Amino acid sequence: MQVNENKEFRPLIVAFCCNWCSYAGADLAGTNRMNYPADVKIIRVPCSCRVNPMFILRAFQRGADGVIMCGCHPGDCHYTSGNYFARRRMTLLFSMLDFLGIEKERTRVEWVSAAEGAKFAATMNEFVETVTKLGENKRLEDLRCKKQ
Amino acid sequence: MHRIGVFVCHCGTNIAGTVDVKAVAEALGKEPGVVSSVEYQYMCSEAGQTLIKDAIKNLKLTGVVICSCSPRMHETTFRRTAAAAGINPYMVEIANIREQCSWIHKDKATATEKAIILGRTAIAKVTLNTPLTSMESPVTKRALVIGGGIAGIQTALDIAEAGFEVDIVEKNSTIGGKMTQIDKTFPTLDCAACILTPKMVDCAQNEKINIYSYSEVESVSGFVGNFTAKIKKKARYVDAAKCTGCGVCTEKCPMKNVPNEFNLGMNNRRAIYIPFAQAVPKVATIDADYCNMLKKGKCGVCAKVCTAGAIDYKQQDEYVEREYGAIVAATGYNPISLENYDEFAYSQSKDVITSLEFERLTNAAGPTSGQLLRPSDGQHPHTIVFVQCVGSRDTSGCGKPYCSKICCMYTAKHAMLTRDKYPDTDVYVFYIDVRTPGKNFDEFYRRAVEEYGVHYIKGMVGKVSPRADGKLMVQASDLIANEQLHIEADLVVLAAAIEPDKSARSVATMLTASMDTNDFFTEAHPKLRPVESPTAGVFLSGVCQGPKDIPETVAQASACAAKVIGLLAKDKLTCNPCVAHSNENLCNGCSACEKVCPYGAITYSDKEFRMPDRTVAIRRVALVNPAVCQGCGACTVACPSGAMDLFGFSNKQIMAEVDAICK
Repeated sequence: MQVNENKEFRPLIVAFCCNWCSYAGADLAGTNRMNYPADVKIIRVPCSCRVNPMFILRAFQRGADGVIMCGCHPGDCHYTSGNYFARRRMTLLFSMLDFLGIEKERTRVEWVSAAEGAKFAATMNEFVETVTKLGENKRLEDLRCKKQ
Repeated sequence: MHRIGVFVCHCGTNIAGTVDVKAVAEALGKEPGVVSSVEYQYMCSEAGQTLIKDAIKNLKLTGVVICSCSPRMHETTFRRTAAAAGINPYMVEIANIREQCSWIHKDKATATEKAIILGRTAIAKVTLNTPLTSMESPVTKRALVIGGGIAGIQTALDIAEAGFEVDIVEKNSTIGGKMTQIDKTFPTLDCAACILTPKMVDCAQNEKINIYSYSEVESVSGFVGNFTAKIKKKARYVDAAKCTGCGVCTEKCPMKNVPNEFNLGMNNRRAIYIPFAQAVPKVATIDADYCNMLKKGKCGVCAKVCTAGAIDYKQQDEYVEREYGAIVAATGYNPISLENYDEFAYSQSKDVITSLEFERLTNAAGPTSGQLLRPSDGQHPHTIVFVQCVGSRDTSGCGKPYCSKICCMYTAKHAMLTRDKYPDTDVYVFYIDVRTPGKNFDEFYRRAVEEYGVHYIKGMVGKVSPRADGKLMVQASDLIANEQLHIEADLVVLAAAIEPDKSARSVATMLTASMDTNDFFTEAHPKLRPVESPTAGVFLSGVCQGPKDIPETVAQASACAAKVIGLLAKDKLTCNPCVAHSNENLCNGCSACEKVCPYGAITYSDKEFRMPDRTVAIRRVALVNPAVCQGCGACTVACPSGAMDLFGFSNKQIMAEVDAICK
């Protein structure tokens, strides 16, 4: 994929973080002043199982270059079993997206606990780097959604 | 029409240092629906909140967006502010521009741009917010304390003191925990048993406290104020109600070679045992792994000698189910296993011991009746080497990365007591750093060095090699003198790191309480809510939250009790109104939601619907019990017809957030 030479390509990353582990982990990364790119924008959800595949499709449709979903570690879900549902749903969705041409590197599920600020920052740095290398996502983008 | 007010907080320089707050307020003021956008130094301050309240009243705001710190910090504060000004508290959204923006980005332009996007996202969400009303749920006025060590005991006593019923569940046959094994306590050197056993007796005698010893929590369900716990009372093959604790059985039992775990295997006990004289409850327990009667059906000596007729070889595990309003985790710790530390020859020589074993050797009730004797030959050791930080502050992956906190002090105590009792003994302590922050702690350590002449040497022990003549060759470096030392020692004592008890992980899973990477329980806020778990109704007491000495544990245990009492004193709790609800018109009663609901909050009922052709159709539709629903949202995604939605995090709201970010 061609990256515009004049303007440095910055990916648009949407991160879904569960309220109990990953959002708190992101907060901890902030409290510890750990840097990660501003390209990551976090949406707070009560649990990773609240993430409807529709939200992810919508994000890609609206021009997101990568979507990452973070939840509690398997077995540690605040709601006992939510992250297991999320894991299954995302496995299916991401393989389907890969089939549609959204490279599987653009989507990711990561487990980040409330104590893993460093892991959150490291994950985001690495994910942004991967997506930046892949370049702009045009596969699902709906031009009608683009603001001219 | 929406009338939204945006309030951008400087948080001193925390936000304003990297985010151009004026530009953010200006940009967000131009968003559709926004009627006012202002910035202020500290929004959470009294003046800041007044500013918000005045704006809500004067501008007749319908929604409020606060661009400030994490919602986990001040969401409730600002919701209360909104409610005080007369709008629904759930019409408030927070844009997290501190933890997730100003603190992680250095470049002002980038951070400002991101802050604007985050603010815009919150505005997009708040326009779709609906007023929500909290339901109320009752509170069961009884607390469950998991773990009967000093932390659990203190918490239970304080809760009982306030007039509430408490159950202590202890997995061992007696309460008391690790403190029962300790000889003396620093920095006062008073005897641990003398200060602990009266508290254990208080627990047993307090009519509000019920002790389930030799029991474990099997499962926990429910939520704050309304937990149900299933407790497994393990079969001890002795009727606790009949046993008088006379101890005759423990003397007559022919199985003499059972390693005594109370003395860390340094001597033996019988197959039927009472761990120590002051055990509470003082009831004998049969160790099924060693009892001949239980294994082979032959023996029965204990039943013959028991005048109370308490022995019951047919006893089964018993299950009790009880309801609780609050649960306290007080699962405690254990020293780590030293199998990864071959260099100290722990498994090769009996004379290389851990500090807890040393503690038993100096305890009057221990295997040597308080005489400090070498485990190998029963001789007085003349040279003792203490090694600190064995497994603590170890980032190699072998041990624990954290500081175990108590080792510096107990090692100073051991060294001091040894020199006091046996002045002819040479005592060396090898340390990386000596950490003695605490009241009278450093004075204590200085006394060990100055008055008792303990040799403190900065440096680590590289190798301990047992010699044929029974001596231990200790090879170490002295970092200050910059030389290698070779010491012929009689006894080497390793200050093993402490780690959370193995059962803590399963307890945390049952309670849905989170843990950190070291398996310590996470607190709701590291500074401001140190005794609460992020899971409402679950509280933390003692070392299960992080390494602590006894005074700190007791202080935390009492703090924890205060929090529990605060909860149990309430008659009603307001529930989280962000629960699921189903649209009856869309629901086709397929049961997909019911299958994924972890709380069983979804039921079905037949409902009559008027059809367009004026006929009446009866359809099965889902119904959410808002008092039981915890608002995870699993059902909202499982629903194939999109009938399920979640208040506070609705499909439309999250979609709007996605759209706002991807604009």
